Amino acid sequence: MDNPIIELKNIRKSFGPVDVLKGVNMQVYPGKVSALVGDNGAGKSTLIKGLSGAQPYDTGDVLFEGQSVTINTPHSASALGIEVVYQDLALCENLDIVGNMFLGREEIFHGMLNQPEMEKRAISTLQSLSVRTMKSVRQKVSSLSGGQRQTVAIARAVLQRAKVVILDEPTAALGVAQTEQVLALVRRLAGSGVGVIIISHNLADVFEVADYINVLYLGTMVAQLKAGETTYNDVVGYITGAKTDHTPLEEVVS
Amino acid sequence: MTTDSEKSTNPPTNTAAGTVAPSPATATALASGHEGTVRDQIDAYLHRVRGGEMGMLPALAGVVIVAIAFFIATPFFITNTNIANLLTQTAGLMMLSMALTFVIILAEIDLSAGVTGGLGMAIFILLTNVQDLNWILSLIIALLAGAAVGTFIGFFVARVGIPSFVVTLGLFLGFQGLNLILLGNAGAYRIETPAVIAIMNKSMPVWASWAMLAVIVAVSLLTGLYDRARRVASGVAVRPMSLLWARVGVWVIGGGLVVFLLCLNRSTSVIPIRGVPIVVPIALTILWVGTMWLDRTRFGLHLYAVGGNPEATRRAGINVALVRMAAFIICSTLAVVSGLFFASQTGTVEASAGAYTVLPGVAAAVVGGVSLFGGRGRLAQAAIGALLISMITNGLGLLGLSAGITYLVQGGVLILAATVDALSRRRSGSTSLARA
Repeated sequence: MDNPIIELKNIRKSFGPVDVLKGVNMQVYPGKVSALVGDNGAGKSTLIKGLSGAQPYDTGDVLFEGQSVTINTPHSASALGIEVVYQDLALCENLDIVGNMFLGREEIFHGMLNQPEMEKRAISTLQSLSVRTMKSVRQKVSSLSGGQRQTVAIARAVLQRAKVVILDEPTAALGVAQTEQVLALVRRLAGSGVGVIIISHNLADVFEVADYINVLYLGTMVAQLKAGETTYNDVVGYITGAKTDHTPLEEVVS
Repeated sequence: MTTDSEKSTNPPTNTAAGTVAPSPATATALASGHEGTVRDQIDAYLHRVRGGEMGMLPALAGVVIVAIAFFIATPFFITNTNIANLLTQTAGLMMLSMALTFVIILAEIDLSAGVTGGLGMAIFILLTNVQDLNWILSLIIALLAGAAVGTFIGFFVARVGIPSFVVTLGLFLGFQGLNLILLGNAGAYRIETPAVIAIMNKSMPVWASWAMLAVIVAVSLLTGLYDRARRVASGVAVRPMSLLWARVGVWVIGGGLVVFLLCLNRSTSVIPIRGVPIVVPIALTILWVGTMWLDRTRFGLHLYAVGGNPEATRRAGINVALVRMAAFIICSTLAVVSGLFFASQTGTVEASAGAYTVLPGVAAAVVGGVSLFGGRGRLAQAAIGALLISMITNGLGLLGLSAGITYLVQGGVLILAATVDALSRRRSGSTSLARA
């Protein structure tokens, strides 16, 4: 078993008197998909916002590739190789696929945008993800379907040489076929060695794609399970608080 | 669109940095829109138009239809005299609509652009006529004053967070007062600088007119060849050469015809008047530089990105407030240039200058296809829109119709253009929904 690429230890975060994260531990492994599930208000978003640098944790250790790191801005997360694909995708519909993939990280040649090079890298990145549903990388995002947009957003993260990609509800707005496409893309992403964190309310999707399932309940990590060794009912039990026996993932893995 | 791609592209490599490990050879070639024959390119273009990306097509069609209609209606419309008149009548409005395009792309508005032009000219005339300052230096100070106004607007919009409509409405009212105060009781000054009068009222010599066209053709050809060479060097698909020749050909034939007509004597007295009006190369240069900036630089991409989705742009690590500030600074500075054109046309600077020009400027941009919803529109579209509006004013005037009719027709064209924009937006939206 590989060492975790990200290890969270005793993470705490409170907003005024409300303790949202009460000493959370979590591990993310390279080449594996770690699902983060939990009911609304369990602290999933807060945990992710801390990792993305949008909202730093109060206390606790973040180890990235074994090193203790401080992530307090989106920029520092990005510099480490942590990219977030937001639920609302954060794409500009009026720009084409290349423009969106390179927005904020444009390639420049003699002061001008290096369009041929960006186009080439966009094409090879999408092809490395076996994307087959798009015609041209010069299509405007407004002409793409929900699944294709999700693909562009994920490819954008891959293009930034992300080591960890966090996907926030990637299938929430998608139909059945599109969901399958995106889940297949998530598997390929992990297959390339990237550590993937996926947040989802859809347990069917979670069981289909995840290697590990981490369950948050009211700010506490109540279960860290191997997807192949647990059941749908158990996970629902942990999410709703009906089951409470806590097994740390290190013991599950070893 | 997808055919022929294997022929014209080198097989994309997976060695480029930032890609994950290549998957088995299941991936089909992704196109870039540059593949295929001329026929494929035309098909792809028509596909985009049907999908709602009409660009400047409606406005260009409007220009052609209006030109033909007036050509049939009056023998005075397509004459060398009237073409020269039309170009100078368009210049001020064109510059203003191009200025406004920078902020309209952000889905903002600058209602003060017209009076900012008036303010710049008031400062200019006080410096040249009253202070006897060198006119070039005075003009630079006037342009800097425009930039300062843009900074002011940008600060209140981007940092304080007041809607641009409100900030610029305030300046629209305030600057009319400031112009009255600056220009005093006289309320108007004659421009004493021959060079400034010449911009709108004099023409270049015949040789310079043809040289201007030669420069345009050369720039068009060289940029095309340069882009092509860069794409070939990167190993991505290139469009057929014939399309580049066609583009250059349009410039040679269309531009050649206009320059030829303008180089005929259009004087009714013994002193001949011939050549392209001086304002034309000035306006074209600003149009070209602005277009390069919007199309080819990081700033341009960020401007469109903010117009499309400010939140996404912010998350991409871009300083959205700075982009907004820059757009307002460019808008107000170019507004002073439009003020210069208007003032040169009449030969006077008046306190009321610019109070009635800003809304036609917005209308021209919208008629050209610049979307008030933001994120869509090009400088050339604003310029074509201004040309269309000026053609209608000019042509109806030649037909002897009253100003009342002219305003009615202009208003109708604006609503028609806005309808085309709304329908094409719905169309591009519906295609994405249909596929989702």
